[in-house]
Amino acid sequence: MRLNRRAVLRAGVLAGGGLSLGWQLGPARAAAPGVLSAFVEIAADGAIRITAHQPEIGQGVKTSFPMMIAEELDVDWAQVHVVQAQGIRELYGVQLAGGSSATPTQFERMRRLGAAARAMLVEAAARAWGVPAAQITTGSAMLHHTASGRSARYADMAAAASALPAPMPETLALKDPAAFRILGKRIPGVDNRAVVTGAPLFGIDARPPGVMHAAFAKSPVFGGKLKSANRAAALAVPGVKALFDIAERRDLKTQIDVGLPGIEVLPQGIAVIATNTWAALRGRDALACQWEGGDAAFQSSAAWEAAAAKAWRDGPQKPGTINHGDALAKLAGAARRVKADYSYPFLAHAALEPINATAEVKDGKATLWLSTQTPEDARRMVALALGLKPQDVTIHLMRSGGGFGRRLMNDFAVEAAVIARAAGVPVKLTWDRAQDFAHDWLRPGGWHRLEAGLDARGDIIAWHDHFISFGRNGTLDPPAAIDASLFPAGVIRDYRADVTVLPLASTLGWLRAPINNAFAFVTQGFIDECAHACGRDALDYRRALLGPPRAIPIAEEFSGETAADAKGTPYHTGRMRGVLDRAAAMAGWGRTLPARTGMGIAFHFSHLGYFANVVEASVAADGSVKLHKIWVAADVGRQIVNLSGAENQVQGSVIDALGAAMGQRISFADGAVEQRNYGDFPLARMNDAPPVAVEFLATDFPTTGLGEPAYPSLAPALAGAIFQATGKRLRQLPFDTSQLTA
Amino acid sequence: MKLNINGKLVEVAADPDMPLLWALRDLLGLTGTKFGCGAGFCGACTVQLDGEPVRGCQTPVSAVGTARITTIEGLSASAWGRKLQDAWVALDVPQCGYCQAGQLLAAEALLRATPKPTDADIDAAMSGNLCRCATYTRIRAAIKQAAAA
Repeated sequence: MRLNRRAVLRAGVLAGGGLSLGWQLGPARAAAPGVLSAFVEIAADGAIRITAHQPEIGQGVKTSFPMMIAEELDVDWAQVHVVQAQGIRELYGVQLAGGSSATPTQFERMRRLGAAARAMLVEAAARAWGVPAAQITTGSAMLHHTASGRSARYADMAAAASALPAPMPETLALKDPAAFRILGKRIPGVDNRAVVTGAPLFGIDARPPGVMHAAFAKSPVFGGKLKSANRAAALAVPGVKALFDIAERRDLKTQIDVGLPGIEVLPQGIAVIATNTWAALRGRDALACQWEGGDAAFQSSAAWEAAAAKAWRDGPQKPGTINHGDALAKLAGAARRVKADYSYPFLAHAALEPINATAEVKDGKATLWLSTQTPEDARRMVALALGLKPQDVTIHLMRSGGGFGRRLMNDFAVEAAVIARAAGVPVKLTWDRAQDFAHDWLRPGGWHRLEAGLDARGDIIAWHDHFISFGRNGTLDPPAAIDASLFPAGVIRDYRADVTVLPLASTLGWLRAPINNAFAFVTQGFIDECAHACGRDALDYRRALLGPPRAIPIAEEFSGETAADAKGTPYHTGRMRGVLDRAAAMAGWGRTLPARTGMGIAFHFSHLGYFANVVEASVAADGSVKLHKIWVAADVGRQIVNLSGAENQVQGSVIDALGAAMGQRISFADGAVEQRNYGDFPLARMNDAPPVAVEFLATDFPTTGLGEPAYPSLAPALAGAIFQATGKRLRQLPFDTSQLTA
Repeated sequence: MKLNINGKLVEVAADPDMPLLWALRDLLGLTGTKFGCGAGFCGACTVQLDGEPVRGCQTPVSAVGTARITTIEGLSASAWGRKLQDAWVALDVPQCGYCQAGQLLAAEALLRATPKPTDADIDAAMSGNLCRCATYTRIRAAIKQAAAA
């Protein structure tokens, strides 16, 4: 996701990116002997506890972050016990699952936290033994002084170490990566055993004593008002104990980590409190609420389709929103012009753990158990909603049953807190699946009318896009934006994007590799069309387009979120060429294939990662598409943190993208989302999922994240494979396979 | 009414129409069985009745009768269950992990009936269980590893 980059950077620095490491050693050290920082505790009995502070949403941070600390602490992974942190920014720094930002912003910091704790243990041993610290070696949670033959366990020195001042960050020596014993290895997730035995881990599993269960009736149309409700029928449902009317609020704009302009709304509605979730949901249905009006009452996919077609006919609202060089003149003089229209739909996140939150409000304090990607935002929003100070709000950070960007927003936390205050007892609020679809923060749909100018050899010399998407007050919403950081801007010098904004009143948000997840399909598909127009191979054409290895400056957008040595990160055509060539080699690009079978290739850069993939697929006579295999080559810098988790992220991302390409679409009618469950929003299933081969190229660049960047290049590679198999170019997501019959 | 859950008879005061899912989660505190879609599309609520995988959200408690209910909390009582759990951990199958209880109960029923499943057997038995993180590659590999164990 794209986030408020300035905030991330600021918080990252504050949280110990550089000189301020010491502050976070302070508060926790007073707690107990052996507590070396907020992240590392070594008990007298030898237990080594490392705190995992990031929200775990399936991206593997609860394992990978403690690995970073453990490596530099110089302990064995088997000796480590990982402890889940609460959401406390003043203690842990940024706690944020978004933007694939955690690894690039915190990798060095986590290593320094491990190195700091190790340095304190070494210093304690040096003082105890009267020897220079520099002569002490460590390994497997042991300290050794070879010259005198002395050794001690970390546990023996931990109490003394915790009384020492925190070391100066600049004195810390980090390991040579060649000596890594944990980083880069395959380490299974620390919660795996709990997952496979059904232990309570997720937000929805929270059961504080005395908890009651809540459902919340609210308008399916954003901003709709309650017209009528059958309260007596709801109260007659066995198990239903009480109803509470909740008033709308629109003043809860406290996001600090998520770069949206801020419609954080607590909707009007009726909360149903019951002894169990089933009764609460039945009670909600029995209310048979009638709603009227709403800001979004005008929203209709059919009307938007017509508006987009009209905008293409009449011309853009905002000509030349991005205008590099002189694309129009280059087009006029081009040897050949290629035109195509592309479009893609709204998408929902559809995380498998339904949206939920558990809250208790008592004695001027609130406690919440949350599956959230942004615990600090939740804390501040709940505080504002309840009129409390953030310090009076405790966030138990639970494992999320999927995030994908949905849980960057904390509307559910506010609802639960307000309902719990009204009920006067702890309350677990659960949305059903239809509410999850109806009240999501959607990936916006969009339309691109593209025109490219080719020179005599067929190379692209000009690119013109009339882009249509959604916003308010004549401005595209951030998740619907187009900007000059997006390929091929920068690589194709004469680049122009015109913009038309369609009005929207409901909520848009960040979905896995936002913006990129749509633009890669459009851009890479159109590049294929340009290659085909001049009879060139899709791989060779891309090699020519990337040109010689060079660093092309791109928008500041991509530079703010990384460690200092990555600041100003440009687009490296050489890194992209590297993954492109590797993916092609893995797949055996150019092989002879059977009839109605094809291969497609695509690449994309997002979230600081370079990805290319090849898809091989066949198309049956009835138009059904069968994927045979996907090959992915990835470059996320010099160090893979956890090889097992990294590979899992990439495989999952491309199969997730496959599901979206083959069938996912959110549509509106009469102001409301039409889809209600997975039956009309299909995800990829076991029988859809092909083998996925993954290779990582190690390049001498900073280590970056993997939650998102493998996703965008799948759909265009699949479209390319389908084209080769059938001669049909699919320009619209999701794919309409009825066009593919033999 | 009394339910036979993971080898124990348990008294539960549930509305007869209440789906087994909610009796397990909210009345008995067995939260390992997961709510996903409430309509039989996702399989997150998969439990076994007399060894057959069923959707907990589509099974009223009154329909259970004396059938033996196996939930994820009781999976370790099965030799196949233990092999699957070990394979899931070793191959690092989970991402978010939310679907995996249902996946494991479906996989255990598969291996009991078909100890050496083909890819087609795995597709047939497992395609009712959604994994939103799309860990299918590893689920398939872990089933095969458990079958070989």
